[in-house]
Amino acid sequence: MSETLHPISVEVNGSRRAGQVPARLSLVDWLRDELRLIGTHVGCEHGICGACSVMLDGEPVRSCLMFAVQAHGRRVTTVEGLSRPDGSMSVLQDSFCETHGLQCGYCTPGMLIAAQALLDANARPTEAQIRDAIGGNLCRCTGYQQIVEAVQLAAERMKGPKTP
Amino acid sequence: MKAAPFEYARAASIAEACELLAHHGDAAKLIAGGQSLVPMMAMRLVRPAWLIDINEIAALKFISLEKDAARTGACARQCVVERDDALAARVPLLRQALAWVGHVQTRNRGTLGGSLAHADPAAELPLAAQVLGARMVLRSAAGARTLEAGDFFAGPMASAARADECLEEIHWPVWPERRTGSAFTEISVRHGDFAMVAAAAQVALDGDGRCVRATFGLGGVGTTPLAFPEIAARLIGTRLDEAEVQDAASSAAEASEPGSDLHASAEYRRHLAGVLTARALRGAYKNAHEKAKAAS
Repeated sequence: MSETLHPISVEVNGSRRAGQVPARLSLVDWLRDELRLIGTHVGCEHGICGACSVMLDGEPVRSCLMFAVQAHGRRVTTVEGLSRPDGSMSVLQDSFCETHGLQCGYCTPGMLIAAQALLDANARPTEAQIRDAIGGNLCRCTGYQQIVEAVQLAAERMKGPKTP
Repeated sequence: MKAAPFEYARAASIAEACELLAHHGDAAKLIAGGQSLVPMMAMRLVRPAWLIDINEIAALKFISLEKDAARTGACARQCVVERDDALAARVPLLRQALAWVGHVQTRNRGTLGGSLAHADPAAELPLAAQVLGARMVLRSAAGARTLEAGDFFAGPMASAARADECLEEIHWPVWPERRTGSAFTEISVRHGDFAMVAAAAQVALDGDGRCVRATFGLGGVGTTPLAFPEIAARLIGTRLDEAEVQDAASSAAEASEPGSDLHASAEYRRHLAGVLTARALRGAYKNAHEKAKAAS
């Protein structure tokens, strides 16, 4: 039995992307396997680890807990959409490099999405707010401290006249 | 792909969702935020032949404040509800419960009705509904009926909704007493995890600080969230002194029906039931006092 395919059209990182998807294809699998946006990582695939976080209409969500068909007509931002238009690192990404906010890098795309969504909503977060914002993202390398420092450094830098 | 194959239908209205449910019956499952259902589908604990998506039904997302109740549509997102200051002023326990629910990413998708319909006995929103005596409006092609929370929660992961019914809205009672306070607390391995035990309480005081109304309950220590109206009634007329709080806490712990699992033994859960009941009652009493002070 062949599965029914559903046409979808999604704005991904500013571009309109269309596809034909079986209903059970998760959003993260569509992003990675069909669109080849492999920056978003697949971790636990049941909503615990946060590695697959993407922004849906600007709000962070777990892309393993959404079917691609449900993203039809919506706006998705993946980690590839966080860098500057010329492809260079964003302020937040640079901060992660400088404070050693990553080691193996598996959680990093999800951490970046969660942290960027926080900074978009709150330019001067407290440490407690930062820890709450990344509370749904597991990291087994850093112990989280350097990630918190990265977000603090990014917030500090972004309040200046420089554009993000 | 982790889930077993299924057919997908996006319902544009409540009527359409009900029609689809009437047609497919047990073979269909409603999906709202999907934060509990999709993991269960990924683990193939659930394999619906049809998935009926109610996320896009705008009529299920409302928040409406009335004199003696706040009404919320079943598909109101948890993140929207937690940010609603007017709702939090009327039903403060709802925001206090949501502070313990999952993480930013799951609250951005998760809905009130989804969590209630999932009926996890350790989940925060079902406990808040049980403690407040929320009423659930269930809609089917044949009409609507309303169930009290106590009748709605039928067992672990089971509600009294029939296969052809869709949870449409929830009525949250608003207490008229000016000196009303509430509190929610729980113990879990990490913040945002499932609670080993959760406790919620709401009390109203008169001008002398005596309790005129009280309700409290526990999650994670039974097959449904538990409320203890008889024990709460004993607090009426008291100032919730330590002896009364301890009496209520030990009575509730004794009446609870905890089970053992990997995370906690039944004995530990029963111990937590007493400790957390006391904390919730003290917290609610303090909160009522603070509100009275802020208002005067």
